[in-house]
Amino acid sequence: MQTPAPFEYERATSVDGAIAALERLGAEARIIAGGHSLLPMMKLRLANPAHLVDINDLAELAYIREQDGEIRIGALTRHVDLLKSELLAERFPIFRDAETVIADPVVRNRGTIGGSLCQADAAEDLSAVCSALKAQIVIRGPGSERVVGMEDFHVGPFTTAVGAGELLTEIRLAVRPGAGSAHEKVERRAGDWAIAAASAALWIEGGLIAEAGIALSAVGMTTIHLTRAEELLRGKQPSDDLFAEAGEIASADCSPSADGRGPVDYKRHLAGVLTQRALRRSAARSLHQEA
Amino acid sequence: MNVSMTVNGEQVSGDVEPRQLLVHFIRETLGLKGTHWGCDTSNCGACVVLMDGQPLKSCTALAVMCDGHEIRTVESLEVDGELDPIQQGFHERHALQCGFCTPGMLMTARALLDENPDPTDQEIRTAISGAICRCTGYKNIVSAVRWAAEHEAGAGARSADRSSIGRAPQQELQSEA
Repeated sequence: MQTPAPFEYERATSVDGAIAALERLGAEARIIAGGHSLLPMMKLRLANPAHLVDINDLAELAYIREQDGEIRIGALTRHVDLLKSELLAERFPIFRDAETVIADPVVRNRGTIGGSLCQADAAEDLSAVCSALKAQIVIRGPGSERVVGMEDFHVGPFTTAVGAGELLTEIRLAVRPGAGSAHEKVERRAGDWAIAAASAALWIEGGLIAEAGIALSAVGMTTIHLTRAEELLRGKQPSDDLFAEAGEIASADCSPSADGRGPVDYKRHLAGVLTQRALRRSAARSLHQEA
Repeated sequence: MNVSMTVNGEQVSGDVEPRQLLVHFIRETLGLKGTHWGCDTSNCGACVVLMDGQPLKSCTALAVMCDGHEIRTVESLEVDGELDPIQQGFHERHALQCGFCTPGMLMTARALLDENPDPTDQEIRTAISGAICRCTGYKNIVSAVRWAAEHEAGAGARSADRSSIGRAPQQELQSEA
C-alpha cells in the first residue's frame, strides 16, 4: 500500500488566509489543489511536506476571463474547464489541443493549471503551452504581488520562481492580433505522459511573423524554451522551409534521455517533427486557413 | 481529524489521519468494499467514485479533502433489487470477465450518461480512457454503455424502460456479440 508520510492538514478559506498559513507553517508547508501530482509524489515519499494547505474551497481562484487586453486564468481552474472553455478555444486553441491529451477525463476533473505549472515536471504539457504563449505568472506573497514571465518561471527541475510563503494566483496571456497556436504530442497510449510534445504560437501581421513562441515537453530536465528557433522565425514570412529549419533547431537544442519511451535519437527526431507540425498549424490558424 | 460527508445519500463521519486516502476511508472505515483499490497511482480507474457528481480516482484524494462533499459509490447503483441501466447493460453485453475494473467502469459510465445521455462510441471510449480493463478489450464495455443509453432515454422514459430490463431482446445483440 502506498501511503504518504504523516502531515498536518488545514483548509484555506481565503487567498490571504492560505498565504498567512504558508508564512506561519514555514518552508515544510505545501499547497494542495487537485493533488494529482503532489499526492503521488507523497505516496512515493519523494515529497514529504509537514503541512498541507488545501485551497480547493477558494472558488475565487477558478475563472477564465478576458480583461484589459488579456486572458486571465485563475490558478485553481481545472483541466476540464480549460478544455471546455469556448473563450480559450477561440483565443488560444493550443489549450484545447493540449487538454484533450493531458492525462484522462477523470484526472482532468481534479488537476489545476496552477498545480501543473508549480509541479514544473518537464514532461508536463501546460508549462510548454504557457511558455509558447509567453504567459505572465502572478505570484502573491504576504502583502505583495509580483508578476514573472514564463522565461523566468522555471528555475530547475520541479523548481519554480514561486518562493516559500507565496502562492501562484493567476496566469495572464496578452491578446494580440494575428495569433495562432497549436500543441502536438506523441504518447505511447491514451493518458500517458508525452514521449515528446511541442507547443507553438505565432503572431503574424502583414504576412510576417511578428512574434513566435516555441517550447518542448519531455525532452530535457525542464521545459525547453526554443529561443534560437524563435529568433529565426521573427520578421520572416511563414513557410514550410522556415518551419523545417526551426524543427532542426528543436532537434539540436533539446536534451532528451533514453528511457522506456524511446532512445535519444528517436526523441530528437520527434521533437523536430512535432515542432514543425505545431508551427504549421499555428500559421494556418493565424491565417484562418486551417484544414 | 474528524471528517463528515454524504456517502450514497447517508451522512457519515469518522476520525481519520489526514494522510488517509478516500479509497481506504470508503473500504475500511465505511466497509463499502465495492470500490476497488487497484494501481494506487491514478492510472487504472478501478477506484473511481463520484464526488459531487463528477468521477474521481479515490486513490488520489485524501478523505479530509472530501469533508463536506457528496460521494457516490457503486453500491448506490442498485436500488431495491433493481439494477441501474448501466449495470444491466454490463450484464446484457457481457462487459466484464474478472470484474476488477467493473466498479470504476460503472461509475465512470454512470457519470458520462448523466452528463451526456446519448454518447457516441468515440465519446464513450474517451470517457473510459482513464479506466483499464485487461479482460474485455473494451468492445463489450462500449456496447454496454450504449445499451444503457438506449434503455434510459430521458428521465420520464427511464422508469418505464426499467420494466423491460432483463428481457434482452435478441435483435439488440447485433453482430459484435
